[in-house]
Amino acid sequence: MSGPEQPTSTPKLRASGKKDSWFFAFICWLATWSSVVVLIVLLGAVTYQAVGWLDWQFLTSFDSRRPEKAGILSGILGTLWLIGLTSLFSVPIGIGAAIYLEEYAPDTFLTRIIRTNLANLAGVPSIVYGILGLTAFVRMFGLFGQEGYLSRALGVSIEGFFWSDHYNGYLIPLPFGRVVMAGAMTLTLLILPVIIIASQEALRAVPPSIRHASLALGATRWQTIWFQVLPASIPGIMTGVILSISRAIGETAPLVMLGAMTFVYFAPGDVDSLGYLAEHPEGLVKAPFDTFTAIPIQIFNWVRQAKAEFKNVAAAGIVVLLFILLLLNAVAVYLRYRSSRHLHW
Amino acid sequence: MVRMFTVLVCACTLVAMGCGGSGSGEGGSQTSGAGSEIIIDGSSTVAPVSVAVSEEFSIAHRGVRVPVGTSGTGGGFKKFVQGETDINDASRPIKESEIELCKENGIEFLELTVAIDGLTVVVNSENDFCKDLTVEELKKIWEPESKITKWNEVRSDFPEEIIKLFAPDTDSGTFAYFTEVVCGEEGASRSDYQQSADDNFLVTGVSGDKYALGYFGYAYYIENEGALGAVAIADNGGEPVSPNPETIEDGTYTPLSRPLFLYVNKAKLKDATMVEFLQFYLSDEGKDLVKESGYVPLSDKQYEEQRAKLEAAVAEVSGE
Repeated sequence: MSGPEQPTSTPKLRASGKKDSWFFAFICWLATWSSVVVLIVLLGAVTYQAVGWLDWQFLTSFDSRRPEKAGILSGILGTLWLIGLTSLFSVPIGIGAAIYLEEYAPDTFLTRIIRTNLANLAGVPSIVYGILGLTAFVRMFGLFGQEGYLSRALGVSIEGFFWSDHYNGYLIPLPFGRVVMAGAMTLTLLILPVIIIASQEALRAVPPSIRHASLALGATRWQTIWFQVLPASIPGIMTGVILSISRAIGETAPLVMLGAMTFVYFAPGDVDSLGYLAEHPEGLVKAPFDTFTAIPIQIFNWVRQAKAEFKNVAAAGIVVLLFILLLLNAVAVYLRYRSSRHLHW
Repeated sequence: MVRMFTVLVCACTLVAMGCGGSGSGEGGSQTSGAGSEIIIDGSSTVAPVSVAVSEEFSIAHRGVRVPVGTSGTGGGFKKFVQGETDINDASRPIKESEIELCKENGIEFLELTVAIDGLTVVVNSENDFCKDLTVEELKKIWEPESKITKWNEVRSDFPEEIIKLFAPDTDSGTFAYFTEVVCGEEGASRSDYQQSADDNFLVTGVSGDKYALGYFGYAYYIENEGALGAVAIADNGGEPVSPNPETIEDGTYTPLSRPLFLYVNKAKLKDATMVEFLQFYLSDEGKDLVKESGYVPLSDKQYEEQRAKLEAAVAEVSGE
């Protein structure tokens, strides 16, 4: 319609478009590098403060009131137990739930409600999970113990399983109390929605043609999922798992709510060396049900100490936390790389 | 794939154990009382003392575990009345409502005084006009309906500058104590000021502003003496008194010197390790640890009283 005008207007548009495009690229460049610069400055400052404090003694001693003697051993062991158990629970449950929702679940009202609420759950503040964990796992709704509802109703009080003379207590106490297991279960609840949603996305990204081809060749549904769909979606699932585990490592609020301790002069289950484990193998059962602290809590506690030197101790703790985070991420990235190598479509 | 996760978990566990290394090689050699656990929680003001005692006690008694938490006096009592902790650190006496809850849950407690703290009112080190304040002036500044925003409204010869106020948050025992003795009612305080549960935040706040005013425990003042100035406090027309170990111990630094408490679950006194721990807390070594933590130990006579109180409670429990 506006034929005659077009030739003149198009070059103009192109010119301004070029300018816009340059400007947009610059904004994006700025966005990337500003965050990188902030990160570098933060890392630099923390590392600078940690120099001289981050040494072998720091890694292998327990906490102390004297900054030069303070160590992070109980925090490292607590965090590793916590994250190990959290991954053990959350990965199978999360992937399982995602597979059910994507591959099996009929599209009913109920499954739609579940799907919508998963997204909502992923946005709940972590302290709320802490309160939930306190009631459900630490106190177990007041069911057990001498004053518990069960003992009042039945007349028998259950206080735990597997008595151990060495620990002078039950290996698995009921209710759990303020132990690693309660923390791991709470963190599991916290990160499950993220793992499920990420795994769902990954499963959805596998082309339907793969499933059809597999089924057409006579594979059962189980074989199709186990040998075709799941291997193809592992890279995406791993990304979700990495992100959520990294979040769990840094969580402080729900653990404080649960009653993780700030000063702990022992390792969970006293398991601080392989030699100890050889002598007391039951320590492996006791450790998940023992009082604990974690690296973020230690850092938080050191920052609020009166003595100024504890700021350096906290910086050293932050470096250790970052290192563990990077190490776990590296392992996960490697696993993701290995599993995606076999994909040929 | 399942194998991968197994490998990952195993690797984590191995790393976890490997880290131990030289930390404490002879894990097997445990003394008597091994396995005993004394769970302490409560005030972050008392925690430095409890942490120091716990550390020394743990070194002397391998296998005994004394974890210390810092949920605040009130937060700690919530756990103590449920029987979840054995000792609660408190920077104020237990409240009626908390005693009620103890009774409901069948928990009897023993109150021990372990140290004295001089709650310190602080200004910036560059503040050269405010060297002393009376309790009335403090009340005028902090009472709930306070309209004071400038220094010259407190005393006419102070400069006309805005006061920046810093104080602990409402869950802290320090806040509870200050409001009770200064404003006459616990929890009665203006609310338009910077609050924090982190004392270092308050230290940073006051040391960063020439016209700031704040209050917190003596230990935090001592550790940051260079950046802060302590205000001498005059009670009811008396002479202004500065907080220092002598005035805090002999009670002339009044009304802001306060006792710090331990609340002990009496049922736990049947455990010999627990009794030993408390005796250690009240011993001469414990006294040195109190000093080291920046607080003022009790007088010898008061120590005698507290020890006698402990002995009586132990006798009562074992006599049952």
